[in-house]
Amino acid sequence: MAAQKQDLLAGSVKDAAVGALVAFGLFAMLIGMKTDVSIGGLSIEYRWSAVAIAVAVVFVGRLALNLFVWKSEKPVTAMLGGLVPSQSSASRFGHLITPVLFVLAVVLPFLLMYFLGSRGSRQYLDLAILVTTYVMLGWGLNIVVGLAGLLDLGYVAFYAVGAYSYALLAQYFGFSFWLCLPLAGILAAFWGIILGFPVLRLRGDYLAIVTLAFGEIIRVVLLNWYEFTGGPNGLSGIPRPSFFGLEFERGEGGFADFFGLEFNSIHRIIFLYYLILVMALLTNFVTMRLRKLPVGRAWEALREDEIACRSLGINTTNTKLTAFALGAMFGGFAGSFFATRQGFISPESFTFIESAVILAIVVLGGLGSQVGVVIAAVVMIGGFEFFRQFEEYRMLVFGLLMVVIMVWKPRGLISTRAPSIALDRKKAKGISADLVQEGHG
Amino acid sequence: MSRWNDDPVLRIEHVTMRFGGLVAVNDLSFNVGRGDITALIGPNGAGKTTVFNCATGFYKPTEGRITMKRRTGEHYLLERMPDFKISAEAGVARTFQNIRLFGGMTLLENLMVAQHNPLMVASNYTIGGLLGLGGFRKAEAGAVDRAKYWLERTNLIDRADAPAADLPYGDQRRLEIARAMCTMPELLCLDEPAAGLNPRESAELNTLLHYIRDEHDTSVLLIEHDMSVVMEISDHVVVLDYGEKISDGTPDEVKNDPKVIAAYLGVADDEVDQVEEEVGL
Amino acid sequence: MDYFIQQLINGVTLGSIYGLIAIGYTMVYGIIGMINFAHGDIFMVGAFIALIVIIALGITAATPLLLLILALGLVLVIAMALTAVWGWTVERIAYRPLRGSFRLAPLITAIGASIALQNFVQISQGARTKPLQPLLGGNIQLWETVGPEGNFVVQISYMQILIIVATLLLMAGFTFLITKTPLGRAQRACEQDRKMAALLGINVDRTISLTFVMGAALAAVAGLMFLLYYGVIDFYIGFLAGVKAFTAAVLGGIGSLPGAMLGGLLIGLIETFWSGYFSLEYKDVAAFSILAIVLIFMPEGLLGKPEVEKV
Repeated sequence: MAAQKQDLLAGSVKDAAVGALVAFGLFAMLIGMKTDVSIGGLSIEYRWSAVAIAVAVVFVGRLALNLFVWKSEKPVTAMLGGLVPSQSSASRFGHLITPVLFVLAVVLPFLLMYFLGSRGSRQYLDLAILVTTYVMLGWGLNIVVGLAGLLDLGYVAFYAVGAYSYALLAQYFGFSFWLCLPLAGILAAFWGIILGFPVLRLRGDYLAIVTLAFGEIIRVVLLNWYEFTGGPNGLSGIPRPSFFGLEFERGEGGFADFFGLEFNSIHRIIFLYYLILVMALLTNFVTMRLRKLPVGRAWEALREDEIACRSLGINTTNTKLTAFALGAMFGGFAGSFFATRQGFISPESFTFIESAVILAIVVLGGLGSQVGVVIAAVVMIGGFEFFRQFEEYRMLVFGLLMVVIMVWKPRGLISTRAPSIALDRKKAKGISADLVQEGHG
Repeated sequence: MSRWNDDPVLRIEHVTMRFGGLVAVNDLSFNVGRGDITALIGPNGAGKTTVFNCATGFYKPTEGRITMKRRTGEHYLLERMPDFKISAEAGVARTFQNIRLFGGMTLLENLMVAQHNPLMVASNYTIGGLLGLGGFRKAEAGAVDRAKYWLERTNLIDRADAPAADLPYGDQRRLEIARAMCTMPELLCLDEPAAGLNPRESAELNTLLHYIRDEHDTSVLLIEHDMSVVMEISDHVVVLDYGEKISDGTPDEVKNDPKVIAAYLGVADDEVDQVEEEVGL
Repeated sequence: MDYFIQQLINGVTLGSIYGLIAIGYTMVYGIIGMINFAHGDIFMVGAFIALIVIIALGITAATPLLLLILALGLVLVIAMALTAVWGWTVERIAYRPLRGSFRLAPLITAIGASIALQNFVQISQGARTKPLQPLLGGNIQLWETVGPEGNFVVQISYMQILIIVATLLLMAGFTFLITKTPLGRAQRACEQDRKMAALLGINVDRTISLTFVMGAALAAVAGLMFLLYYGVIDFYIGFLAGVKAFTAAVLGGIGSLPGAMLGGLLIGLIETFWSGYFSLEYKDVAAFSILAIVLIFMPEGLLGKPEVEKV
């Protein structure tokens, strides 16, 4: 027993030492020697102490992991795993999570106002709006990636199409938000079809790269078409939405005046929050409903086995196209909401990283899981904003977290699939993700 | 002449399939009689699955014509149709050699997917279904009933709500047949349905196929290696070797055809006894 | 015509850089079937390491030519080695634990690794662009034509010669490595059938690791060349270069090494010609549009093997 312990210790130290050596190789240059722009070219600032710290951190970290997790008989992570709902308990609590989250989302503004007052709650409401926007985007993309199994790396393009559609329609024709919202969705869906028609026959990874390219093309065009899109300066002065014709303005005829309230700028924020919440819930409702319709079942079947689908008489191209167009449409809706909330848009808001974040939300949440998307969006976007004071490091941590969570739970946080139909509702159980395919096209 | 030439449901005429320089099927012609169980047999690599893939639209034959004649009298030139339409319009359903089920979906869902096209129409191409219009509910209930019917016929009803990937191998084979039958085909093409089945399951399969033929007025075309299955259940046997037809007739005729014996005996010496036994000599 | 030749020379130079990065994508895709999204950022890390070594060694334009070439050789070796360590580490941490897991998981970790690498370099080396004085000036004037709008000189710079020659040498060495050595055989075996390769006693994990190491080393070469050619780098160069290199790999037929090189050259040429004749702003659009068109009409790429759908 003692000898075994000895071996464990020696092995762990050796492993940690190797890790430290690799870390030295990694960090010696990039951390230890910082290039600075100075007079007469570049110079180097040496920071060996920082390298020493980084290497030490790796050594200690690896040693600890070796001793307590990887080689230990009772890994500490087992305890950690207990904190996360297991497969069976997830389905047990699953019925509870959804209504609890729903009620929380509905009463959130009142809770915030009650505890923090209108001034204090503003930033939290803004954050809630942001998170809900990502939830909606995640749900929209979930149709494409989670249900139909089509890998879309350029989802942000449709978000951009929606945002610019609204901004441009409002600018050139003076259309109101409520008219532009459906138009933006239709335009985005239209783009989805145009893009999807030629490429949906392609293999999965090709689809990924073509959608990525499309996302970049849209951004580059927006950036360079000065006369029409304002180029890098973007479009500003985008009109705000009204509450059934009531503007959120001080004075007579405004929202506050009509309802006999005292004017407060928070009204608009709360309105925006409910607006995006309703839009997101609509996305969810439609998706859940479609899952139980033949088209939704065909999406999932497509994800499982495309050839079998064709042998059953399913027109796979059209089926993929509907998923793609529908996902794009919801992206377009979210985009026009984004435009109206910001009042200003520029191509900078629609970079690849946005697509990556939305895809990460879908995958981390658990493909096809609607609640998973909510949890992932709250954790990722909420966490990201929460650490705003560590501006410099938060993207780094964000990237590392994506790696860590994925390695830890490759199937995402919620990884059971609920059958879309059952003979016996009570006996029907969630299907373990290990059996569910992820799609190839 | 034999009766399968009187009213063939599927007519394969001069079909040739080349992959690059390889000729997988060479000028093959045969008929599949309506209401028959027709078996396509032959040694490995004889081109059986290729014929199948041509008839179900997954390959386009290099030359030749494949005609499906439906009960209504309509003709469909299968080699010109995209694969999904062959199932949807021409009434040809198939299974696969290496089972292709929707593993992450339940048995019931698998059978519902098979009824996609009629349900799609009933849901007014999703719009009616989304709005919850009545017609769709009724159609869906009908589809569930059909699925239940086939689950009962295949003894899988107890596991209707379990994921398909959890089924044992033999059950998966039967589920695939049930799924194909849910498309309400006139011709059912089975690619080695008895492969990997134990004798009891094999016997059950025979019963099921007879049932499908007799009660559902569905013709069956199957590829099989297991000679006992072939000889017992088929009405008509076509033998392929190196992509060409070497024999065509009733099981008895084929069994005694010297060409067939030669093809099947054209194996290593130590396997002769075994093969003779399989062929039933 | 002269302008055309000049653009051709520039395009081939740029294409060589893309081609070198594309090899990394194509090898990894060939062996484990995933898009190594972080590869573009490995290229960026390679460029930074090269920059640091150049400055640390005090190489300037004033260094005598022979010494300069020797020093650059040393820079290349160090950059290749250290970048390879990065490539190895990314594979070890972000991809290996997910091997055999489902397909989207490594893609997400790859995107995560890409974000992490970019921001790591941004923090450790600063966000500002790093300009480097040209080390190897001068060029050979090929010919000169006198025209009504003035004289036009077709020239090829020493730097371009260096880049093209180095690429050719590396490609030759690399082809040898893949076709003639046991390592290359093991790699091709893993590409065909990983399980079978393992059964035959090939250390699959090590082979895959080595693939990443080689890809990263080549990306470091591309990084050094990018640095020398453009003379300016920042932490963000990896994204666009990576996407274009991947485009190149797909264009040439993913999984095919000559295809990656050919694709790289084509993307380089398309980009230079487009910016030379049409508009500079839309050069990326041109490259991506060509990609989309090729994929639609020739899904297997230029030199890829056509895929037969198994039923």
